[in-house]
Amino acid sequence: MTDATTSSAASSSARAAILSRLRAAGGGGPLPPLDVTVLERRQWPARERMERLRKGMEAVHTEFLEATPGNWTAVARAFCDREGLKNLLYGPGSEAGARLAADWAADRGAGQGAGGTQLMPYDRPVEAFKDELFNGVDAGFTGTVGGVAETGGLLLMPDAAEPRLMSLVPPIHLALLRASTIQDSFWSAVKALGWGRRLPPNALMISGPSKTADIEQTLAYGVHGPKRLIVILVDDLELA
Amino acid sequence: MNGSKPKKVYFYGTCLVDLFFPDAGMAGIQLLRAAGVEVVFPQGQTCCGQPAYNCGYWEEARDVARTQVALFPEDLPVILPSGSCAGMMKVHYPELFHGQPDEAQVRAFSGRVYELTQFLVQVLGVKLTDLGEPVKVTWHSSCHAVRDLGLKGEPQSLIGQLANVELAPLARTHECCGFGGTFSVRQPEISGAMSCDKAADAEATGASVLLSTDGGCLMNVNGTLEAKGSALKVQHIAEFLWERTHAR
Amino acid sequence: MHAELEVHFRDSAAKALLDPQLRANFRRAMDGLMAKRKAQFPDPADLQDLRDLSTAIRSRSLLNLPDLLEQFEANCTKNGIRVHWAETCEEANELILGILQSKGAKTLVKGKSMVSEEMHLNAFLEQHGIEALESDLGEYIIQLDGETPSHIIMPAIHKNKDQIARQFSQKIKDAKYTEDVDELTAMARKVLRQKFLDADAGLSGVNFAVAETGTLCLVENEGNGRMSTHVPPLHIAVMGLEKVVARLEDVAPLYAILTRSATGQAVSTYFNLITGPRGTGEKDGPQDVHLVILDNGRSRIYADPQLRATLRCIRCGACMNHCPVYTRVGGHAYEAVYPGPIGKILTPQMEGVGVRHDLIHGSSLCGACGEVCPVEIPIPEILVRLRREATHTDAGSQVAGKGTGRTRTEDWAWRLWAGLLKRPRLYRLAAWFATRFGKALPAGAPLIQNWTRTRTKPVPARRSLQERMRSEAQSGGTRHD
Repeated sequence: MTDATTSSAASSSARAAILSRLRAAGGGGPLPPLDVTVLERRQWPARERMERLRKGMEAVHTEFLEATPGNWTAVARAFCDREGLKNLLYGPGSEAGARLAADWAADRGAGQGAGGTQLMPYDRPVEAFKDELFNGVDAGFTGTVGGVAETGGLLLMPDAAEPRLMSLVPPIHLALLRASTIQDSFWSAVKALGWGRRLPPNALMISGPSKTADIEQTLAYGVHGPKRLIVILVDDLELA
Repeated sequence: MNGSKPKKVYFYGTCLVDLFFPDAGMAGIQLLRAAGVEVVFPQGQTCCGQPAYNCGYWEEARDVARTQVALFPEDLPVILPSGSCAGMMKVHYPELFHGQPDEAQVRAFSGRVYELTQFLVQVLGVKLTDLGEPVKVTWHSSCHAVRDLGLKGEPQSLIGQLANVELAPLARTHECCGFGGTFSVRQPEISGAMSCDKAADAEATGASVLLSTDGGCLMNVNGTLEAKGSALKVQHIAEFLWERTHAR
Repeated sequence: MHAELEVHFRDSAAKALLDPQLRANFRRAMDGLMAKRKAQFPDPADLQDLRDLSTAIRSRSLLNLPDLLEQFEANCTKNGIRVHWAETCEEANELILGILQSKGAKTLVKGKSMVSEEMHLNAFLEQHGIEALESDLGEYIIQLDGETPSHIIMPAIHKNKDQIARQFSQKIKDAKYTEDVDELTAMARKVLRQKFLDADAGLSGVNFAVAETGTLCLVENEGNGRMSTHVPPLHIAVMGLEKVVARLEDVAPLYAILTRSATGQAVSTYFNLITGPRGTGEKDGPQDVHLVILDNGRSRIYADPQLRATLRCIRCGACMNHCPVYTRVGGHAYEAVYPGPIGKILTPQMEGVGVRHDLIHGSSLCGACGEVCPVEIPIPEILVRLRREATHTDAGSQVAGKGTGRTRTEDWAWRLWAGLLKRPRLYRLAAWFATRFGKALPAGAPLIQNWTRTRTKPVPARRSLQERMRSEAQSGGTRHD
C-alpha cells in the first residue's frame, strides 16, 4: 500500500516534469496536411469485397464455410459433427448465439445427431471455469461486427454476451460473417462502425489462426491462440 | 530541341578521379565535348568536403567547400563524374550552409550541379553508337548516386544504347559495397566483409567488367577483387562509354 | 575521457563476422524479409503516398504531443485505465513493482515489449522475487538462454532451428529432440498456455495509443499478446511517450504500413484494441488495467527540431532488415536494446553521443534505412548530426553527452585536411608528390593498414586530371583525337 502511494506521488511529479519539458520544446510550425486519397482508393463493389476478404484470409490459413441466411446454423453444426467436436462454446446472450442454440435444439428435437457436439454456454465469469476453458473446450463460436476486404479480416466487439476469450482460448474459432457487413478497409471500417468515437473495453480484428515465424522464419500455425479459424460466410448480398 | 541545350559547362573532377581515375575524368570531358558542349575545367579543384561533413567537422567542410564554389562563378551547369560528390554539392551543401551569410550563393551553385550520366541523358539526350567488341558487363549502383542524388537508371540507359554490350544483373544491386569514406577505416572489418560480398556477387555475374559512376566504390571493389586475384576488372562508366563509342 | 569512447561495437562486430552460422542466419533472414516487404508494395507511387500520409500523421502527433498525452490520459482514466508516468527506467520499474505487489502478484506473463527491454524489467522483477516470463515465441526462446533480442520484431532471428531444437530438448521438461518447427511450436504452446492460465498478471507494450478514445492498440500474430492482456486479472501496459496519435482513423494507415514494412504481411493475425478493464457484465478480461508512460530521454530528443524525427519511429524494423551492416553482424553486436540503424540514432541520444561514439560511426551512410523507413526518418542525416554533436558543443544543443566524443587526434586530422584542401597550391604540390611517390607508401601505414586487410593498396595515377588538363590548356588543344 505504501508502495502504491509513493509511486503515485513519484508518478505525478514525473508527469509534471515530462509535460513541462515537452511544452518548453514548443510545437514549432504548422501541422502538415493529411492527404487520405491513398486510403480512399481502396474501394471495391460488394461482391468483390467478399472475394478479396476470402482470398486474403485463406492466404493465412483461414477456412471458409459457405452459407445462406437460412442455413448457417446447419452448416455450423455439420462442421462440428464432421470434425467430431465434443463441444462448442457459445454466447447464449448474443443474437447469433441464441439463434444457434435454438436451431441446435430444434434439430435435436427432430432426432438429428443426438450424440453429436454439445453446445456449451459461456454464461459465468471466467474465474468459475478457467481450467475447463483452457483444457476442456474444443471450439468457440462468435459473431462478428464486420469484415475488411482489403487485407482480409474479421471485426469483433467482445462483450458480456460474447466474452473476449471465446475467440482466443479454444483451439478452433468458428466465426459468423455476413457478407453485407464487409467494409473496404480497416480505415473505412473504423469510420463505418464509429470506432473512432467510442470503443468498448475490447475490440479487435482477426485475420487468421494464431501463427508465428519466430523459428527460422518458418510459418507455424496455432502457437498460442486458435489453431484453426473457420469463417461461416453468409452470402446475404442479394438481399441487402 | 538543341536550342535549350547548354553550349558550355563546368567540369568538376573530384579528388578521387583527379588522383586515381584521371582517365575517367578525361573521358567524361570528351563525352561532353562529343555532344557538342564546350567544357570549362577550372584549376584549383580539391575536394567537395564530404569526408569532414560526414564526420561532423562542418567548419572545416565549409572552408573547403567555399574555395570550390568560388571556382564556378558563371551560371553554367557543373558536371561531376561522381554521384556521391554530386550528391554532396547538390543536396548537402544547402544543409551545410544553412544560416551562413553565403547560403544563397551556395544554393544557386547547388542548383547547377549534375552527375555526368544524369546530364548526358536528362539534359543532352545523347545518342551513342557502339564501336566495340561484344562484352558482358555488370553495374554497381552507388548508394549516394541513387539515394542522395536520385539517379533513376541513367547510367543503365546509356549502357543499354550500346548494341554489343550485355548488362548482367548484379544480385543485391542496391546494397552498399562497404566503402562509406571514413567508415572503411573506422570499421575495417565490417567494411571489408561488405566489400568481399559485393566482389563475390559481381564475380557471380560472369561479367568481365564492373562499371560504376563512383571512384570510391570502384577503388574499393577493385582493391577487393585484386586482393582475391580475380579476373574481373572495374571501370568508371565515363571511361567505358568513351572507349566504346569513339575510335582511337 | 578517451576511455569513455570504448563501446566495442567494432570488436563485437568483428567477432560476429567470424561466425559463419550467424552470418548465414542473418543473410537468409534479411534477404527473405526484404523480398517479402517488396512484394507488399508493388506500386511505388502508392507506397510513397502511404509513406507521406504516415509521416504526416506521426509528425502531427509529435507537434501536438503534450496536448495529446493529456487528452489520452484523461480518456484512459475515464475508461478505467490507471495511468502512471516515469521519467526514467528505474522509476518505471518501481511503479510496476508497486502495482504487482499491491495485488500480491508473483508471476507475470509478458507479451512482446521493447520498452520493457529498455527498462531491463525482467531482471529487476526477478531481484524482487517476481517471475517475469516472456511469451512471444521468439522472446521465450531467447529468455531460455538468457539472451537479449537481436531484432526488435524477430527477437530470436539469430538462431536457426537446429540451435532451437537443441535448446528445447535441454531446457523444456520432458521435451524430445526435434527439428520440426510445428512440433517445436507445439512444445512452447503447451508450456505457455499453462503459464497464461496461472499468471497473476500480464504485461504488454503498446503499438499505438489513441488520444481521442483512450485506447491501447496491440499488433501481433501469435495471440500471446491477447493472452497476456485478457487472461490474467491484472494487465500492465508500458509505452514510450511518443506512441500517442490523435485518432483511431490515423492508426489505420500506420498499421497498414507497419505490418507490410516489418514482416511483409498485409495484415497481422490480431489487431487488438484495449479501451478499458473488464466492463460491467463482462465475463472475462482483467479487472485492472494500468499504463506506464515512459520518458527515458525522449523528451530531450523531442526538444531538438531535427532529432525529433527519431520519435516518429513505429518500430517496424525495416531499417535493420535493409541495413548492410546489421545483416552482417546481427543485433547483439550493437550491445544496445535497439540494434540496427534506428538503434544507432536512438541509443546514442539516450545514453550519450560520446559513449556510443562508434555506433554513430558504424554506418557507411548508404541510406538504405532512410529509403525504406515508413515514416521517412532521415536516419543518415541524423547520424551525421550526431557525429557533429559527439565532437562539438554547439550552443543550444541539448544532446546527451555532446562534445564528449571529441579527441585531439581527430581535431588535428580535420584541421590538417582542411588546411590542405582549401589551399589549391598546396593541394597541387601534394598531388604531385602523391602521383610520383604514392606507390611507395607502405601498405602497413596507419589507416592504410585498415584498408589493406582485405584490399590491395590504391595506387595514384601517374598524372592527375588537373595536371593533364593544365597541359592540354598550355598546348592550346582542346581535343585529343
